[in-house]
Amino acid sequence: MAKFTLDVNGKPHAIDVDPDMPLLYALKNDVGLNNPQFGCGLAQCGACTVHLNGQPIRSCVTPVSAVGDSKVVTLSGLGTPEKPHPLQTAYVEEQVTQCGYCISGWIMTAAAFLRDNKKPSDAQIKQALQGIKCRCGTHVNILRAVKRAATMMG
Amino acid sequence: MTKMEKPANFSRRSLLKAGGAFVVSIGMPIGAETLLSINTAFAQATATRPPLVPNQLSSYVAVNADGTVSAFFGKMDMGQGLYVSIGQMVAEELDVAFEKVTVFMADTRTSVNQGGASGSTGLQMGGRQMRAASAEARRVLIEMAAQKLNLPAEQLTVTDGVVHAKADASKRASYAELIGGRHFNVELEWNKQMGNALYAPGKAQPKNYKDYKIVGKPIKRVDVAPKAFCTEPFVTDIKLPGMVHARMVRPPVAGATIVSVDESSIKNIPGGRVVRDNNFLAVVADNEWDAVKALRQLKVQWSNSQPPFIDQATLYGHIRKAPVRHREEMKPVGNVDEAFKSAARVIEADYEWPFQSHACMGPACAVVEIASNGHVTCWSGSQKPHFLRDGIARTLGVKAETVDCIWVVGPGSYGRNDADDCGNDCAVIAKAVGRPVRLQYMRDEGTGWDPKGPASIHRARAAIDANGQVIAYDFLSKGFSRIDVNTNGSQPRDTLAGHFRGVELRSGNNFGLPSESYAFANKRMAWETIPPFLERASPLRSAHLRDPVGPQIHFASESFMDEVAAALAIDPIELRLRHVKDPRDIALLKAAAQKSGWQSRPSPRKDQTGSTVSGRGVAYATRNGTRVAIVAEVDVDRSTGKIWARKFTVAHDCGQIINPDGLVHTIEGNIIQALSRTLWEEVKFDPKSVTSVDWQTYPILDMTEIPETIDCVLLDYPDRPPTGAGEGAMRPVAAAVANAVFDATGVRIRQMPFTPDRIRASMS
Ligand code: FES
Ligand code: FES
Repeated sequence: MAKFTLDVNGKPHAIDVDPDMPLLYALKNDVGLNNPQFGCGLAQCGACTVHLNGQPIRSCVTPVSAVGDSKVVTLSGLGTPEKPHPLQTAYVEEQVTQCGYCISGWIMTAAAFLRDNKKPSDAQIKQALQGIKCRCGTHVNILRAVKRAATMMG
Repeated sequence: MTKMEKPANFSRRSLLKAGGAFVVSIGMPIGAETLLSINTAFAQATATRPPLVPNQLSSYVAVNADGTVSAFFGKMDMGQGLYVSIGQMVAEELDVAFEKVTVFMADTRTSVNQGGASGSTGLQMGGRQMRAASAEARRVLIEMAAQKLNLPAEQLTVTDGVVHAKADASKRASYAELIGGRHFNVELEWNKQMGNALYAPGKAQPKNYKDYKIVGKPIKRVDVAPKAFCTEPFVTDIKLPGMVHARMVRPPVAGATIVSVDESSIKNIPGGRVVRDNNFLAVVADNEWDAVKALRQLKVQWSNSQPPFIDQATLYGHIRKAPVRHREEMKPVGNVDEAFKSAARVIEADYEWPFQSHACMGPACAVVEIASNGHVTCWSGSQKPHFLRDGIARTLGVKAETVDCIWVVGPGSYGRNDADDCGNDCAVIAKAVGRPVRLQYMRDEGTGWDPKGPASIHRARAAIDANGQVIAYDFLSKGFSRIDVNTNGSQPRDTLAGHFRGVELRSGNNFGLPSESYAFANKRMAWETIPPFLERASPLRSAHLRDPVGPQIHFASESFMDEVAAALAIDPIELRLRHVKDPRDIALLKAAAQKSGWQSRPSPRKDQTGSTVSGRGVAYATRNGTRVAIVAEVDVDRSTGKIWARKFTVAHDCGQIINPDGLVHTIEGNIIQALSRTLWEEVKFDPKSVTSVDWQTYPILDMTEIPETIDCVLLDYPDRPPTGAGEGAMRPVAAAVANAVFDATGVRIRQMPFTPDRIRASMS
């Protein structure tokens, strides 16, 4: 066991855990967040995606000890109902989710992509989101939502 | 305003337990006089909720003190907006604003067993009941108002939840004044069926569709925002005080039994312990990561059992040769065997479909708490929580009344997936450890150990006479049963917990027939099931996967219809129109042809050279009253074998359309998931076990492979009852793609899935 102070969504969280424990478990059980989710634990699906200093990472394979004082932002820290991120607004407008379990993978990855790529083409968006899974098959709506958010973000 | 109240939040509605039945207690005091007049004259309102039974109006609908309406629905929405449609139907019949209705779903504390999510019957059967109950509630409320206003009921009408005289709107009584906060106590005519077939109408007739104001309108879902902002929990997020975490330990060779377990191998794990019952084996730890470590660390000696499966390359040969366990046949038309004898020409083909996995986005999760008084509560993502309640009661050997099961959205559900196994497993562990338990499976269990969609082969034959007319049609499916384990978790014998603990088993037999309206002078269709490789605790046990056996059967039957058209050099839609008899099916095929800009000609195209070739294909099928015709347009790269299904045109008829917005989203999701099953999905196994255990070994459709366009033509029949849309569009996709690939390349591929390897191999 070891003590860490995680910076999650702008707030410090002191935890005492196995340094090898993946960040995902800390976020769910020690910080108590509703998302990200465990999809595979193998870096294959994206359901556990969070930002580490603005970059999307798979928290299911990132040990807590590797986080250091990096800023962790999860989907609930990306925006709120009062101050939504454009992707959250677009998701609601386009009625994207079916079960919604995949949501962190798509939004967190797309958020970093749209921040760095203005006015992307459809092909660029698809490429950026390659490999992220949605078992319910909401891809068509996800693409619509990302395009809508891209427009909102100029 | 949240329309779909999450069961986990139900406590805010002050749910009290009283006398064995749950009561929504919204204590508006009622005068003795009102009570007397209502109870004696009509027996219509009561301060406590009558027992939660199918023949009570209060089991379906309640008017709250503020005039809002609660609807209690014994099915649930798997993320396709069903609750919006149910809310629309309830609001419509009651004549209240849509925003006034809250639908409570799939919670054994508040609703009766309407079957859960099952066979896309949410609207068809579940909605029918909610509509009938709401119409009855409106009738009763008018009667109560008549009494109060001293006017005949015929002179009254309802606007926005207020009953008033047609002639004088000032003579009025609102629903809230009439019954708000109390409960209906009105008996319904129950058909004595539970589950999907449950129907309990009152005396009222539902409205004529011509009077609809809310039904048929596009209304958006409101469960998207809570997911986008993480304000509502998934089942995986449920946390209880004192909760411990569990993981299951599965045998490395299917069918192996436990020789010994070395409990000391996890003694360094805080709270680490083993739960074992016969071959049921789980580890428990105080925190989740430790449970995962315990799973990896635990030393188990398994028996050296004979590997139960075969070399996968011989799967279809095995099915062909396997003894038939059960056969069923439609009533044949004409004399098929005689017609084949007289045929000038016979066309025949065999088709093959692999096992497929639910492979839900996350492996199943359940939380179970057993209170000190013995009451069991299970939070589950199961799409049939009422049945799961019954299963847990049987697994634990307690009465069903002692158990509640609360559905909380889980990581996707497309039929009898791993959620029912997980709920039962978790209950066994909770009982053993005496603490609340959260169990989540690992990824390899989600893909490797879920009940599988059955593998099958299909043989189709057509007899052609000298004039090129089809005179006989013969179709046979042979495969693993779709109910080797049953469609719900109500019986321990259908769950992994029951299998591993050693309960007596009963594998069921069912498959299915093609569903269409083709008329031939002689027609025979049949199915046969074969025994499973391994009866007990098999990772290849077969069960319902979305549109159970629909994709496999119609891949075969609708590919074959195209083979016949090609053999006769007839346009594929033209051939179908010659034989389809139902006028709605004819309208559907024509709509698909028109919308897609179909040019009449036989397949295949012969005008293409170069590496990438394009083609179009059609397929159509019906499903419990719903009809779907699909035109697929594909590009095939002959050198890589990669298929891009560029465009789908979907003509869809599910009777009366309740919510066109929800319908289009549902169709799109169906098409993408069906395309994934068509292009990629195949459970891999070796003699020892299933080897598809993650997203690398069980790939699904990727973002870079989605169609450019999905064009929907919605055929609306407002005068007909609504039928389901949750699965119908899944059915013809594989055949539409297969037929388009044939059109593009001239090569007929009869084995799923259409992976690049398979396509490239068949091109050479
Ligand atoms: S859970 Fe981390 S990538 Fe799947
Ligand atoms: S919405 Fe269910 S997995 Fe994406």
